[in-house]
Amino acid sequence: MMEAVAVPPFERFYEEHRDAVFGLLARRLGRARAEDAFQETFLRALRGYGRLEHGRHLRAWVLTIAERIAIDDYRRPAPVPTELPDAEAPPEPTPAYAELADLTDGLPPTERAAVVLRYGYDLPYDQIGRALGSSEEAARQAASSGVRRLRKEGAR
Amino acid sequence: MNAVSPQLDRRFRDAAAAEGLLDVAYDLVDSPVGPLLVAVSERGLCRIAFDPEGQLDGLARAYGRRVLRSARPVDPVRRQLDEYFEGVRHDFELPLDLTVSGFNAQVLAELALVPYGETTTYGTLAARSGRPKAARAVGTVMHNNPVPIVLPCHRVVGSTGSLTGYGGGLETKRFLLELEHGGATLF
Repeated sequence: MMEAVAVPPFERFYEEHRDAVFGLLARRLGRARAEDAFQETFLRALRGYGRLEHGRHLRAWVLTIAERIAIDDYRRPAPVPTELPDAEAPPEPTPAYAELADLTDGLPPTERAAVVLRYGYDLPYDQIGRALGSSEEAARQAASSGVRRLRKEGAR
Repeated sequence: MNAVSPQLDRRFRDAAAAEGLLDVAYDLVDSPVGPLLVAVSERGLCRIAFDPEGQLDGLARAYGRRVLRSARPVDPVRRQLDEYFEGVRHDFELPLDLTVSGFNAQVLAELALVPYGETTTYGTLAARSGRPKAARAVGTVMHNNPVPIVLPCHRVVGSTGSLTGYGGGLETKRFLLELEHGGATLF
C-alpha cells in the first residue's frame, strides 16, 4: 500500500507552487493577462482543496488547473476594440500548449500530462518527473509512449 | 524572472478571504511583546500565538486545511489588540471560535470573567470551575489557552502571588500585568 501523504495547510501549498504557476501563465499569456489567470487558478485550487484525498502530485494538479485556465483565457473572444482595427494585423497564432491540449485529449492522464508539459510548456524532464510525483526517467518514458500513441492514432 | 509580485500576492489573499473560501485566515500582528500570530475563522477568533512557528498544522487539523495568511479578516482583532497595548481598551469584544470542551471550556469561561487589572490564583479558578482540587489541571488549561491576552491567563498567578509560568514567557506576563496597572512595577 502506498504511504499516505498528508495534504499540507493551503498556505504552504500556495507558497511552494505560486512562482511556478505564475511563470507558466506569464509565458503563455504575458504578464498582464497572467495576473487574472493566476488569481483564478489559486481560487479554483482553493475551492477543490478541501476534497483532496492525499498530498501527492500537488504540483501537477495545480499546473493542470493553470493550463486549463490559460486555454480558456486564450479562447475567450478578444474585447470589443474601441478603435478601428488595423486591417493588416495578422491573426494571433494558436499557442503550442493549446493545440496540444486538444490533440492529447484521448491519452491516458500521465502520458497526456507528460506530453503537454514537455512539448507545450518546454519543461525539462526532471521537473515533469517531480510534477507527476515520479522520476525524470518515468517522465521521459511517459512522454515518449504518449508521442508514439499519438503517431499511431494519427496514422489511423 | 517570473516571481509573483507583492501586489498580486496580496490581491489573491484578499480575494480568497472575500469569497469565503478559507477555513482560517491568519496574520502576524506587531505588539510590544513581539509578533503575534492571530488566526480567525468566519465564526470568530481561533488562535493567538507568541510563537508563530508550527501553528499552521494545528490550525489545519482543528479547523480545516484551507489555512491562508490574509490580513483583512484579522484587522478587527489587530485593532483591538493595538488599543489594548495602548492601554485604552480593557475588554475585548470579539467572537471566539474555540475547539475546547468539558472542563477546559468551563475553566476558560471562568477565566474570561477575571477583570482587567486584577489577578486570581489557579486554585480559585479551579474552585469556580467546580473542581477545587484541580489547580494543577487549571495550570495545564492556562498553558494550552488558545487565545492568550484575549482570554487573560496572564491574570492567573500562584497562591503566594508569584508569577509561576506563562506560555509567552514570564517577561511577557510581567509586562501585561504592569500594563494593566498603568505601567506600575508590581513583580
